[in-house]
Amino acid sequence: MKLVVTIVGKDRVGIIATVSTILAENDVNILNINQNIMEGFFNMVMIAEMPENAKMSLGELQKVLKAEGEKLGLDIKAQHMDIFNVTHNV
Amino acid sequence: MITFDDIFETNRMITENKLDVRTITMGISLRDCAHPNITKFCQNIYDKITKSAEFLVKTGEDIEAEFGIPIIHKRISVTPIAIAADACETDTYVPVAEALDKAGKEVGVNFIGGFSALVEKGYTKGDRTLIQSIPQALASTDIVCSSVNLGSTKAGINMDCVREMGEVIKRTAELTREQEALGCAKLVVFCNAPGDNPFMAGAFHGVSEGDKVVSVGVSGPGVVKHALEELKGADFTEVAETIKKTAFKVTRVGQMVAREASKRLGVPFGIIDLSLAPTPAVGDSVARILEEMGLEACGAPGTTAALALLNDAVKKGGLMASSHVGGLSGAFIPVSEDEGMINAVQQGSLSIEKLEAMTCVCSVGLDMIAIEGDTSAATISGIIADEAAIGMINNKTTAVRVIPVPGKHVGDMVEFGGLLGYCPIVPVRNKYSSAAFIARGGRIPAPVRSLTN
Repeated sequence: MKLVVTIVGKDRVGIIATVSTILAENDVNILNINQNIMEGFFNMVMIAEMPENAKMSLGELQKVLKAEGEKLGLDIKAQHMDIFNVTHNV
Repeated sequence: MITFDDIFETNRMITENKLDVRTITMGISLRDCAHPNITKFCQNIYDKITKSAEFLVKTGEDIEAEFGIPIIHKRISVTPIAIAADACETDTYVPVAEALDKAGKEVGVNFIGGFSALVEKGYTKGDRTLIQSIPQALASTDIVCSSVNLGSTKAGINMDCVREMGEVIKRTAELTREQEALGCAKLVVFCNAPGDNPFMAGAFHGVSEGDKVVSVGVSGPGVVKHALEELKGADFTEVAETIKKTAFKVTRVGQMVAREASKRLGVPFGIIDLSLAPTPAVGDSVARILEEMGLEACGAPGTTAALALLNDAVKKGGLMASSHVGGLSGAFIPVSEDEGMINAVQQGSLSIEKLEAMTCVCSVGLDMIAIEGDTSAATISGIIADEAAIGMINNKTTAVRVIPVPGKHVGDMVEFGGLLGYCPIVPVRNKYSSAAFIARGGRIPAPVRSLTN
């Protein structure tokens, strides 16, 4: 399943490192990263592939990312990519 | 390829503009549960509902989390009980309502609809028993919803039932007076009721449906309002185009949720209901969309035209986004469930008479309107007859869900809680009597436009 991971919040050192470590530990492969920083505000989108036999379910991964995000003052979401496909592709 | 901006736009629609899926509703046929013994019948329906919908709530929650789209309610609709229980040898269906309530709570749904009768042309014994049981059934249950279809374009209007429902609404209000007549918020009277509506209080599993079906009702007034905020002063062609595009996106989300739910539950997909359903939350209002089009307050002259445009554009945008569209599919204008409507009533801009005019061009009808508790049954029946006539003549669904709150008067506020919201008492300005008109009874014949063959 393809995931979209979005991270929004105040910029700081190590955001990508933290998130990509969590993803790697759970067999989630990053396919694409896109980010910008505007006035110290960090916006990032990762497209990633989660294998069928991943260590965690998507629900569990979401909880881990959310908890880590709260520690860093960031809003981290992981969503099934189809929600974006249906709203932007015919 | 989806862009960075697309992703943030979708998430903004969800977080800031309150895009959500209002309900996943599982329709369950109870036609195979019939039994002359009511205790056995109640056991049959309890077993069938709890088995069929065992994973409905969990599936809804999983989809909600995985896709990041809120799914506000999970609901069940069943075969109209007047049909399913017709064989029962009993003079009350209150135990049936209690069995529905228990089954719905067991599987964790928010509402269970179908304590219903379809009587536009006449009554069976089961229909009479059901209608007489409504007040007590709604008073002794929490999540059961009831509806009665008493008119259609094909059959005309059953004026005996119009008379009776005025009285049933009054009795329901009386029996639930401690909760601001909450029973009436779970009771709707229809003309041309669709059998595949996923929205409450009017959902039931139509007799032409399969054994089980999953349908989805979308929402999204906040998303439409936000899109129109970018169009200050633009002409109506542009307004309609923008609403269509927005409705398309909203409906595509609903279709995706329906497809996933259908696949995971192993139950066929029924329909997407394109209704633009508001909530009492700020930023989730249909009235505010109409105001965004340039009306100082909802209810001002021009409101019906604005609503007509909105309703039509939502359908045009939504149609292509879904493989099967059905249910009510149009903008809802409930008063207590829409922050902008509540505000318009408080400002004196929106009256029950204007709301009646608005129901000619949108889905449903006079919905969630609290009126004075001493409004007579005949006046309520008169309101029902007028709405049913609008539906019958215009070949559309209309409904009445009014709440005559005992002891409350114009100037008072009534709180129903949750999605049902809160409502100032709306004045029924015309104090002249409809009693002799309603007392006639009989049937208003089907209109000439019913003869389409």
